[in-house]
Amino acid sequence: MSLSDALNAGGYFYLVPLVVIFPVMGLLINIFFGGRMGEKAIGAIACLASGLSFVVAFLLGISLVNHPEAVTISFMDWNWITVGSLQLDWAFRVDTLSVTMMLVVGGVGTLIHIYAVGYMHDDVLHNGDPGRFRRFFVYFNLFIAAMMILVSANNYMMLFIGWEGVGLCSYLLISFWYEKGKDGIGNALAGKKAFIANRIGDFGFLIAAFLMFKYFQPLTANGVFSFDFDSVANLASQVPQSAILAITLFMLLGVTGKSAQLPLYVWLPDAMAGPTPVSALIHAATMVTAGVYLVARSHAMYSLVPVAQNWVAIIGAVTALFAATIAVAQYDIKKVLAYSTISQLGFMVAAVGMGAYVAGMFHLVMHAFFKALLFLSAGSVIQGVERGEHEVEQDPNLRKRMKHEAHFDPQDMRNMGGLRHRMKTTFWVYLVGALALAGIVPLAGFWSKDEILAEASVLNPAIYILLIIAAFFTAFYMGRQIFMVFFGKARSEPAAHAEESPAIMTIPLIVLALLSIIGGFLNFPTFHTFTTWLEHTIQAVAEGVSGGEAATVGGFNIVVAILSSVIALGAIVLAWYLYMRRTQAMQKLPLNQRPDDPLRSIIGPIFTLLENKYWVDEFYGYLVIKPYQWLAKFLAEKVDWDFWHDFFHDTILVRGFNGLTRILSGPIDLGLIDGIANFMGDGFKELATQMRKLQSGYVRTYALSIFIGVIFIIGYLILRLG
Amino acid sequence: MLPVYYYLGLAIILFTLGALGVLIRRNAIVVFMSIELMLNAANLAFVAYARYWQSMDGQIFVFFIMTVAAAEVAIGLALIVTIFRTKASIDVDQISTLKG
Repeated sequence: MSLSDALNAGGYFYLVPLVVIFPVMGLLINIFFGGRMGEKAIGAIACLASGLSFVVAFLLGISLVNHPEAVTISFMDWNWITVGSLQLDWAFRVDTLSVTMMLVVGGVGTLIHIYAVGYMHDDVLHNGDPGRFRRFFVYFNLFIAAMMILVSANNYMMLFIGWEGVGLCSYLLISFWYEKGKDGIGNALAGKKAFIANRIGDFGFLIAAFLMFKYFQPLTANGVFSFDFDSVANLASQVPQSAILAITLFMLLGVTGKSAQLPLYVWLPDAMAGPTPVSALIHAATMVTAGVYLVARSHAMYSLVPVAQNWVAIIGAVTALFAATIAVAQYDIKKVLAYSTISQLGFMVAAVGMGAYVAGMFHLVMHAFFKALLFLSAGSVIQGVERGEHEVEQDPNLRKRMKHEAHFDPQDMRNMGGLRHRMKTTFWVYLVGALALAGIVPLAGFWSKDEILAEASVLNPAIYILLIIAAFFTAFYMGRQIFMVFFGKARSEPAAHAEESPAIMTIPLIVLALLSIIGGFLNFPTFHTFTTWLEHTIQAVAEGVSGGEAATVGGFNIVVAILSSVIALGAIVLAWYLYMRRTQAMQKLPLNQRPDDPLRSIIGPIFTLLENKYWVDEFYGYLVIKPYQWLAKFLAEKVDWDFWHDFFHDTILVRGFNGLTRILSGPIDLGLIDGIANFMGDGFKELATQMRKLQSGYVRTYALSIFIGVIFIIGYLILRLG
Repeated sequence: MLPVYYYLGLAIILFTLGALGVLIRRNAIVVFMSIELMLNAANLAFVAYARYWQSMDGQIFVFFIMTVAAAEVAIGLALIVTIFRTKASIDVDQISTLKG
C-alpha cells in the first residue's frame, strides 16, 4: 500500500514520524534549555511532547478506521544501512497492531508524565537533589521516543533500536538515584542487574536476527533482505521448519528478558529501586510489553512451529503462577506489584503463545491501564506516608514515639494500615485498580483475563489450570495488599499522619481509574471491537474466524467467566479473613509471639519460601554469578596478572626487549653506525691535517703555484691545439 | 724593420725577469715593480703583434692593460702603506698570517 493511496483514503498516515520526533524534541529542549527553566516549564514540555505523540497516534487510529490496511511510511527515504545483500530502511509501519501500542504508550505515558511532575517535585526534595528533576524528564521523553521507535518500526532491526533504547532508559531510570539504596550502591546494582538480564535476552534476539538473515536472504526475489515484517511473513513458509524453530526460540529468549519471564525475570523486582513513575511507565505499562508485542508481530513465524508456540505458552503460564505465589508473601508495596506485573505478563505471553493474539494484546492494553494506576497509586501512598513521616519528625512529641523505629521504610506494608481515612482519593482509585487486576466484573481486568482463560480452556487445558490458579493468587495478593494498606488501624506513626497527594497526581489517577473501569468494553463479548480492529494485522485471527473456530477467538465462555469470578471473590474473602479478622485476633497476642503475617502462622515454611522468592536470586548466585565471578577473578588474577603481566610481559617481553636493545645499542649503534661516522670524521681530519701544510702563508709560494698552474694550462692548450 | 721575433724575445726576457722578481724578492715594492715589468712585457708582445698583423685590437688591449695597471698601482700601494703601518715592515715573508 503506497503513501498516495493512503492519502487518497483520507488518512493522516504521513504524520507517523512525529510520534518519535515529538518526544525527541521535548528531550532536546529540556537538555539544552531546561537548565534555565523552572520545574513547571520542564514538566510542561515533557508532558506536551508525550501528549502530542499521543495525539498523532490518535489521528493515526482514526485514519485506520477508514483504511485498516497496513501502511508503510518511509522516513525521508532514508536508506539507513546498505551492506551487500542487506538493506535496512528507516520506515514506519502503521497498522492496527502498531497503532494500538502507540496509543497505549502515548496515552498511558502522558498520564504518567503528568503524575510524575507532581511526584518528582517531592521526590527530588526528599532525596536532596532538585537538579535531577530535568534529568528525569529527559530520560522519560527518551523512553517514549525509544518505545515509539520499537512499536512503529517496519523491520526487525529498527525494532531492535527501540528494544535497546528502552533497555537503556530502564537502566538509567532504575539507577536514577544511583548513590542511594543499600550500602549506597543498591540502586546502581539494581540498574546493572536489569541491564545485564536484558542483555542476555538481547543476545537471543540478535542470534534470531542473524539466523533470519541466513535463511531468509536467499529466498528474496532480488537477493536483498531488509528484515521488514511483510517480507518475513511472506517468506516464512518457504524457510525450513527447523530454522524457524531456532529463530522463534531465540526470539523467545529475547522475550523472556524484556518481558521479565522465567528465567530472566529477576531484574524486574529489583527495578523497583527506580522512582515510582518509572515502575509504572516502564516496568508495568509499556517497556515490558515489548516482548508480547514482538511475539504478536512475529505471529507469521510462530504459527508455523507449534513447538515454539508451546514453549512460549508454557513459559508464560508457569511464570504467571510462579510470580503470583511470590507476590503473596512480599511486604514491600511495590514488590508485590512488581511480581504481579511479572505474573500478568505471563498471562499475556501464554495467550500469544497459544495463538490467542487478540486476547494477549487486549490484556496488554487493559493491564497498562490498571497496572499504571496501581503503581502510581502506590507512589501516592508512599509519598503520603513520607509526608506523614516528615510531619512526625517535625513534632517533638510524636518523634519520641518513633524512636524505636530506627530505619523507617515508607514502602513496607507492615508500617501502613488505615490509610483509607487519610488518603481518600488514592484509596478509591487503588481499589478500582486492585479489583480490575483481580478480575472482578465489570472492570477491565475481568474481560481481558477472562478472554485469555476462555481461549486457554479450549486451546490448552494444562495452561488453563495453571492460569486459573495464578488468577486465584492474583486476587488473593491484591486483597491482602488492600487490607494491609488501607484497612485496619495505622501500624506506625507516619501512617497515622499520612497526607493525600496533590491534584496533579490524583487527576491522572482518576483518569486511569476510569479507563480501568470502562476499558473492558473495548472488546465486549458479542461486539468484539478489538478483534475486528486487530484482525487486519494478525492473519491468524482472520483465518481463525473464517476457519469456523470463532469460539476460540475473542470467545466468551460463561462457565469460565463464572468460575474465575467465584475464584477471585473467594480469594478476596480469604484475604479479608486472614488480614482483617486474623490480624485483629493476633493483636491480642504479646508482641514477641505475634507472627508478622497471619499466613505465616498457617503455612509456616512455605511462607518463608515464598517470602524469599524461592531463593531464585541465591540460586542464580550460586549457579551463575559465583562461578562467573570466580572465572572473572581467575582470569584477572591468574591469567591476566600472573600470566600476562608477570610472566609474559615482565619476563618474556621485558627481557626480550632488554636483550634486543642491548644488541641494538652496543654492537649495532656504538660499533657499526658510530664506527662509520667516526671513521669518516677521522679520515677528513687526517686529510685536512695533511692539506693544511700546503698553506704556507708565504706569498711567493702562492705565486709560484699560480705560475706552475699557468704553465700547465698553457702547456695543455699548446699540446691540445698543436 | 726588425722582425717580430726580436720584440717577442725582449718581451719574454722582461716577463721572465718580472716573474723571477715576484718569486725571489722579499721587498713588497720590488715585487710590485716586478709585476709592472710583467705587465709591460705583455704590452710589448701585444704591440708587436698588432704591428705584425696590422690590427688595432692589440693596441686597444694595451691601453686597457695600462689603465688596469694604474688602478692596481693605486690599490697595491695603499695596501703596502697599510701593511707597513701595522707591521712596521714590508717584507712579504713576514705577512704570513694565513699559514694553515
